[in-house]
Amino acid sequence: MSLSPSKPSRASIAEALGWSVSSMDGWRLLVLAVFMLVLTPLLVVAGSFLWPQPELWKHLQQTLLTDLLFNTLWLVLGVPIGTLLLGVSLAWLTATCAFPGRRIFSWALLLPMAMPAYVLAFVFIGLFDFSGVVPTQLRSWFGPGLSLPEIRSVGGVIVVLSLSLFPYVYLLARNAFLTQGMRAMEAAQSLGCNRWQGFFRVALPMARPWIAGGVLLVLMETLADFGTVSTFNYDTFTTAIYKMWFGFFSLEGAAQLSSFLVLIALVLLVAEQSQRRRRRYTPGGRSGQSGERLVLSCWHRWLASGYCALILVVSFLLPVAQLARWATESFGEEFDERYYAWLGHSLLLGLLAALLVAAVALALAYARRRHRDPLTKWLVWFSGLGYALPGSVLAVGIFIPLAHLDNLLIDAAGHWLGWSPDAILRDTVAIMLLAYLIRFLAVGHKAIDSAMQRIRPSIDEAARLLGTGGLTLLRRIHLPIVSGGLATALTLVFVDVMKEMPITLMTRPFGWDTLAVKIFELTSEGEWERAAVPALFLVAAGLLPIMLLIRKMER
Amino acid sequence: MTPILSLQDISQAYGRQRIVNQLSLELEDGQIGCLLGESGCGKTSVLRTIAGFEPLLEGEIRISGQLVSQPGRSLAADQRKVGMVFQDYALFPHLTIYDNVIFGCKGADKKRAAQQVNKLLDTVGLGNSQKKYPHELSGGQQQRVALARALAPQPKLLLLDEPFSNLDVTLRERLSLEVRDILKEQGTTALMVTHNQHEAFAMADLVGVMRSGEIQQWDTAYNLYHHPVNPYVADFVGEGVLLPGLVSANCRVETGLGLLDGLCCVEMTPGTAVNVLIRPEDIVYDPEYQPNVEVLRRHFRGPSTFYTLAMADGTQLQMLMPSTSNHLPGTRIGIRAQVQHLVLFPTQQPS
Repeated sequence: MSLSPSKPSRASIAEALGWSVSSMDGWRLLVLAVFMLVLTPLLVVAGSFLWPQPELWKHLQQTLLTDLLFNTLWLVLGVPIGTLLLGVSLAWLTATCAFPGRRIFSWALLLPMAMPAYVLAFVFIGLFDFSGVVPTQLRSWFGPGLSLPEIRSVGGVIVVLSLSLFPYVYLLARNAFLTQGMRAMEAAQSLGCNRWQGFFRVALPMARPWIAGGVLLVLMETLADFGTVSTFNYDTFTTAIYKMWFGFFSLEGAAQLSSFLVLIALVLLVAEQSQRRRRRYTPGGRSGQSGERLVLSCWHRWLASGYCALILVVSFLLPVAQLARWATESFGEEFDERYYAWLGHSLLLGLLAALLVAAVALALAYARRRHRDPLTKWLVWFSGLGYALPGSVLAVGIFIPLAHLDNLLIDAAGHWLGWSPDAILRDTVAIMLLAYLIRFLAVGHKAIDSAMQRIRPSIDEAARLLGTGGLTLLRRIHLPIVSGGLATALTLVFVDVMKEMPITLMTRPFGWDTLAVKIFELTSEGEWERAAVPALFLVAAGLLPIMLLIRKMER
Repeated sequence: MTPILSLQDISQAYGRQRIVNQLSLELEDGQIGCLLGESGCGKTSVLRTIAGFEPLLEGEIRISGQLVSQPGRSLAADQRKVGMVFQDYALFPHLTIYDNVIFGCKGADKKRAAQQVNKLLDTVGLGNSQKKYPHELSGGQQQRVALARALAPQPKLLLLDEPFSNLDVTLRERLSLEVRDILKEQGTTALMVTHNQHEAFAMADLVGVMRSGEIQQWDTAYNLYHHPVNPYVADFVGEGVLLPGLVSANCRVETGLGLLDGLCCVEMTPGTAVNVLIRPEDIVYDPEYQPNVEVLRRHFRGPSTFYTLAMADGTQLQMLMPSTSNHLPGTRIGIRAQVQHLVLFPTQQPS
């Protein structure tokens, strides 16, 4: 018998967290598999430094790297400020003030979410570029010497991204103002604050965790953005990754560039998760009662309406109108049977990814239900963090290991079957689907999990006592309760995948062009009119989840 | 002396629906008033109008003689020097207890404000929790913070909106007595609204029973209970039944329980058909008596037992007895009425 304390082995740590070899079952295997999948791109990106590319980096350092860093920095500074100003002001007005059209604006201001940022980008360039619609018109009025700000600039990118992403901040801030704004404002007023003081001393600081959460989501989207910056020819890491892969054919270099993005994304992720935790406090009580709104003076009222209308027009109505104009002009010559293939691919990929994500999310939710130990909880939580990883990073991080796996498979096939194809996995949509799964699992998981939360253990117990169990329980209790969440998850993922650009662009098998890929190709040649046709399809599809959101908001 | 608060015939409406109708009341310096009524009777609207959160349809509101609300014009809430304790406390979750309480203190003298806040926090028994955040406190403690915060700027008038409704029953009465002591110690004039008569009686000097936007009676708790002005107040405050009877002479009524006499304030001509208010404590068990009622139900309340009785003609009575008594349902017992305050309401003539 040894008296020396034995070190805890790895198995016993897992046991302490509630896992042991004997307790391994299908659910836990699945949780572990999904966790490994999400971890893979991170490991690949980190591991890429094992194959240093000194030549490439020297070249990068001399030319691109400083530009990339500064370009990214401007966006990371500018877009949050833009979305913050727009989102918070609009949320405050629609949540707490009374002015004409408030009810309509409060949902209509979510419409910009239906338009992918890269669509807004090319519409803006088409409208405001030197030879665009607006400057041409202005010059015809004020003379050819008129100098206008250049749209293809840092400012232009920031404006477009802000107009496209502000609804994230708007939605969260509005939620905060609605649940606690008015009561807190009244308390502040009874303590001698006027409206401005009340807003800055109470309402705004109270909503800070929500607003910060919205801004962090905006930052993640900004970092992940590929379509907008490439339309503007504004180099950031996402476009650099693309060029490294498809220009220099260096996957390792692409993976190493990805590491920058991963680092920033991880920082954002930590910040975002901690803000989420701070969002617990919500004083209960009566809120959002009609009639309890700040009454604005006459011209302030119209100013508020005018401001909301302006943002709505610039960020959604005007671009849609312009798209419609271009599309009708080019539809006759542009639209042909190729479109059926692109549309078909977009729909099929969306559908496949939606089903995959929903199935995995549902399985994870059930796994969490079966196993309430901390390790399972942590693994499931981690699996939902892929939304922070930019699509370009995922494309690289999934393609590299699968290509290696493919080579192994090809060797094996040649060895055992005497069959030597050029590619097995690389010719399928498997890579895309796995990358989509990682990126959009959180979207599906959130919708399904919040529905599952409503099936409290006592419901199962009650059903059992009433003589229902097994599949009948699933069919009569679980399915009806979860179905709403399932439908939401399917819709959200379906549309997100249709709009998704970098993963599709970089990992699609030959011949798998989609609407988003088509938009990328057409806009990189400056063919705004022709790009309007596929863009309108995407905007129409994008309206679906927005309608879901609006319905949920009005309830 | 000018009253601190004066409401003159105020009316309010949401859209077309009137929720407060021609309501008037006054509070002298240092008085604690209470509006008591069921939910939806308009009491909270009155409070919110006094605070300046809602407009007035008719009438006027004065605070220390200064006109603050009249139809179409109203002084901003932050200019009124009125403190408010909200039903949900509305503590600022992002500020510590200390920062919550000092929030409303204005003026250059920071040191004095800090002293004042420390004293107040000691008074409400939270001197040790200054650095904590609201969500770290229990409901009762949050309530006290809300009170301290409202008192800190030394308002002319304090409004309390259902201040104890989020607390459990045992805490409610204890805290309402405590709050009364604090307010009296500070000499604060206050108006509270509640639907709970025990809170109202524990807190207030003057209580107004409200029904559909009107005050039925604005009086001391004693008078509300013993001299209710109408059947609604009699029914709403306390327990009891209305027993039909006929006035035989001044302060004498013939009823199913025999001839009742007692103190009465209203003179009535003999022969008037009336309803007599019989409180449970007006019924006395008398073992000498011929059994004249049947015990229907018995409700053990600890110190006393509450009986529901049925007279021969089916009329029900209520009786309160020490809980050592033990009359089983179904048994017949002898009782008589011993009424001190004779409360009579003329029976409405069928028209």
